[in-house]
Amino acid sequence: MIEARGLSKRYGKTLAVDNLSFSVTPGRVTGFLGPNGAGKSTTMRMILGLDTPTGGSALIGGKPYADLKHPLRTVGALLDAKWVHPNRSARGHLRWLARSNQLPAKRVDEVLDLVGLSGVANKRAGGFSLGMSQRLGIAGALLGDPQVLLFDEPVNGLDPEGILWIRKFMHRLADEGRTVFVSSHLLSEMALTAQDLIVIGRGRLIAHSSTEEFVAAATENTVRVRSPQLAVLRGALGRTGVSLRDEGDSLVVSGMESADIGELAAANGVVLHELSPQRGSLEEAFMQLTGDSVEYHTDLDAPAAADLIAAGK
Amino acid sequence: MTLLAVERLKLFTTRSPWWSMLAALVVTIGFAALMAGTSDDTAPMDLAATQFGYNFGVVVVMVMAALAVTTEYRFSTIRATFLAVPNRTAALLAKTAVVATLGALIGAVAAFGSWGIATLITPEADLALDSPYAWRAVAGVALVYFFSAVIAVAVGTFIRHSAGAISALLIYSQLVESLVQLIPNVGDDIYKWLPFNVANNFVTGDPDPSARPVEFGPPPSTAELSPWWSLAYFAGFALVLLILSIVSANKRDA
Repeated sequence: MIEARGLSKRYGKTLAVDNLSFSVTPGRVTGFLGPNGAGKSTTMRMILGLDTPTGGSALIGGKPYADLKHPLRTVGALLDAKWVHPNRSARGHLRWLARSNQLPAKRVDEVLDLVGLSGVANKRAGGFSLGMSQRLGIAGALLGDPQVLLFDEPVNGLDPEGILWIRKFMHRLADEGRTVFVSSHLLSEMALTAQDLIVIGRGRLIAHSSTEEFVAAATENTVRVRSPQLAVLRGALGRTGVSLRDEGDSLVVSGMESADIGELAAANGVVLHELSPQRGSLEEAFMQLTGDSVEYHTDLDAPAAADLIAAGK
Repeated sequence: MTLLAVERLKLFTTRSPWWSMLAALVVTIGFAALMAGTSDDTAPMDLAATQFGYNFGVVVVMVMAALAVTTEYRFSTIRATFLAVPNRTAALLAKTAVVATLGALIGAVAAFGSWGIATLITPEADLALDSPYAWRAVAGVALVYFFSAVIAVAVGTFIRHSAGAISALLIYSQLVESLVQLIPNVGDDIYKWLPFNVANNFVTGDPDPSARPVEFGPPPSTAELSPWWSLAYFAGFALVLLILSIVSANKRDA
């Protein structure tokens, strides 16, 4: 159980995290979603006691991180896979971590086995690929068999096989009843990994719901209609009060199912050349929600970029 | 005890302590051999001359000690450390203890090694360890290395970057202190109280062996404290820096 209460962090003039409150429950994978620079890493570092909050507090199982005795037995964290001395072996790295929390040395071999690094245990960590480094980082997080796990962008830069492995691993950990809190800037990835979502933008809470609810609420469903008698159809649809948008030789209808549109067309004797439901993409939804809160804008403002993506589909 | 074991594991699973040890021993013992080999009637070998390279060993030990902290910042293993041990004061004190003890060990081996090789090369010279001065001149090197390492750990913790920390340490201990003497009127009086000059006084002072020309031994110190008060002063300086650096590590984001 992770709890943030009015968590804030200010760097000079910028407010990186702004009065953030949420709780992460056990037994589920909770995604922590937001564009780059939204304050995800800063929030995680505050939860872990690495950064001091400017305001508010973060608790793990009701206690601040600094008050945990042998914290690795309660909380496992992977903030950055590169937090390893390159000349130390994988086993050497895990051995000092284990020793610091008085965990038995054999636990090191267990977690190495668990993440599939037994074969390279004595190789220097500096020579590891990103995927191997991530596995080593996960091994470190699992050392103390903790009930709470935090991962910061664990799939960043991984190949599909590595991504799948990590995704399955998270589910397994959550199924075992653990609290799993994982950040990402990719909604498409989170839609597959997380059951709950905490969405932030510019350090502020945007949404806190189940992933399904979030995706359903965020993606707008529309129907594209093409017809040689478009004017007639437009008139008929207009009388029902749905919202319409002209797009070249077709109409985009939102707020009405395709079946109802088809029946309306038939009732009015209109020939249809196309009647296709359009599902909004997750990326679009995400950009619509966080559009105003992206810290570093490109020249395109976010809605315009969303339209461009939509047009490209 | 656990934390000391952790820091020992961390230190010795990297290469830099081994290289530093080797470098420190080669430099100090090498200089002792050089001094003994080139001694003659005009410049006979004495105890001070066996420790000619001791100041260079200080440099190597300080670099090793600073790197022990700054590489942790560079590779962020300090963050992993603070995750495992949220009590930063305890973690940093353990690191300081381990690194400084290694420094003292290097100092002891370097000093007795230098003395030993000089005894072998010039058996006729009077190198007997038979006075408080003689013991300080040789065994005392270990204590100076110990506190030099504490200073370097403190500076490393404060500056966090290897290049910055090492430059600060070397420029201060090797240049700034001696250059202070060039300040008109007050320079010499200030110099008497600068920590590395005072530390020298512990090893080389009372009786002042500077009857020999300075190039035949560590430059004599101008400090006026008694030898053991000199060490206490140097230790106090190291301790103040350590406390300041730990306070800063607790305040700053890791």
